[in-house]
Amino acid sequence: MPAISMTVNGQAVCGDVEGRTLLVEFIREKLGLTGTHVGCDTSQCGACVVLVNGKAVKSCTALAIAHDGAAVTTVEGLAQDGKMHPMQEAFRDNHGLQCGFCTPGMVIASIDMVNRLGKNLSEDTIRHELEGNICRCTGYHNIVAAVKAGAANM
Amino acid sequence: MDNFNYHRPASVDDAVKAAKAKPEAKYMSGGMTLIPAMKQGLASPSDIIDLGALKNSGISAGATLVIKAGTTHAEVANSADVRKAIPALAALAGGIGDPHVRHKGTIGGSVANNDPAADYPSACLGLGATIHTNARTIKAADFFTGMFSTALQDGEVITAIEFPIPKKAGYAKFPNPASRYAMVGVFAADTADGPRVAVTGAGAGVFRASTLETALGKGFASASLAGASVPAKDLNSDLHASSEYRAHLITVMAKRAVDAAK
Repeated sequence: MPAISMTVNGQAVCGDVEGRTLLVEFIREKLGLTGTHVGCDTSQCGACVVLVNGKAVKSCTALAIAHDGAAVTTVEGLAQDGKMHPMQEAFRDNHGLQCGFCTPGMVIASIDMVNRLGKNLSEDTIRHELEGNICRCTGYHNIVAAVKAGAANM
Repeated sequence: MDNFNYHRPASVDDAVKAAKAKPEAKYMSGGMTLIPAMKQGLASPSDIIDLGALKNSGISAGATLVIKAGTTHAEVANSADVRKAIPALAALAGGIGDPHVRHKGTIGGSVANNDPAADYPSACLGLGATIHTNARTIKAADFFTGMFSTALQDGEVITAIEFPIPKKAGYAKFPNPASRYAMVGVFAADTADGPRVAVTGAGAGVFRASTLETALGKGFASASLAGASVPAKDLNSDLHASSEYRAHLITVMAKRAVDAAK
């Protein structure tokens, strides 16, 4: 099996993979970082979203081997010195989650949104930009409020 | 997903060589369609030839707009050159899938796959684009040959898509709310050769709506489409929409595309 290496949450990691090993499988099963979730496994729900070289991608629809050398950020890499990332904090403050399954993807996608579009996001923009992230609990209302607040604090 | 051998060639020549050596090989660009298809067992190539290391992305605007095959949907959507030359193309790219899909999916991959509900084929046909490959150039009218099929030969790889710049153009789609693919998408362009209307999502593959083009001959305005229609015969009919509903949507989306044209 080919060996790959990448930087995940700032740490150099390596492991053997098959061609078909998905990036999310590498992250969850090889690295034990189970914060990144697999929801639909059909590229629609966004629970598996991680940052790859700074851009949000669906890690269930990416081959690990194609990401040899990449820099990956998962939800575990967001908190610094025991302090939650402003977007995580905003999801807590605004009750932007219920069961929490979609939350890692929501938080990463929201950070990507701010990185691309800035801190001042309208409700319309947030709703449109969350098209790739599905939540089956909240009805999105508090997620949108959380993204708006988190963006302002980033 | 069945396992496969993975190749990551650094040049187009090496990619073609690798593909020709393995009859069951498949090229992968962004993988946004191929990986889901492989997971479902709809594709099980012996070898994946990843085009990611070719670094074949970029956009150049001149008398025509040339977009290299590995350019992502996000790059097309955000390109100042595309927004200036063919704003409808930037808008189309910005409506494919979702932000995460747009970070990975590429124009070359979408065009080569020719999904009957994909967005880009309608822009290629609607604008009369030319598909550049490692071996030749192919007119869009000759390129899309049916459902998931194209004029590409075994091992042939798209290198760029060249778009003539229209007087104005617009794109409107009625997306399937789950997949974001077009139930019906219409690309309408006012070109030097007259109006062109290309439809995706409604049939077995992208096609030009001649009745709507004739109607727009009276003037490139949505009012010209009043009373115009496309026959429902041969259109797709499935749990999402009947062929009659899709036929209706074609005229509605065509009007919106013309109204949005700039």
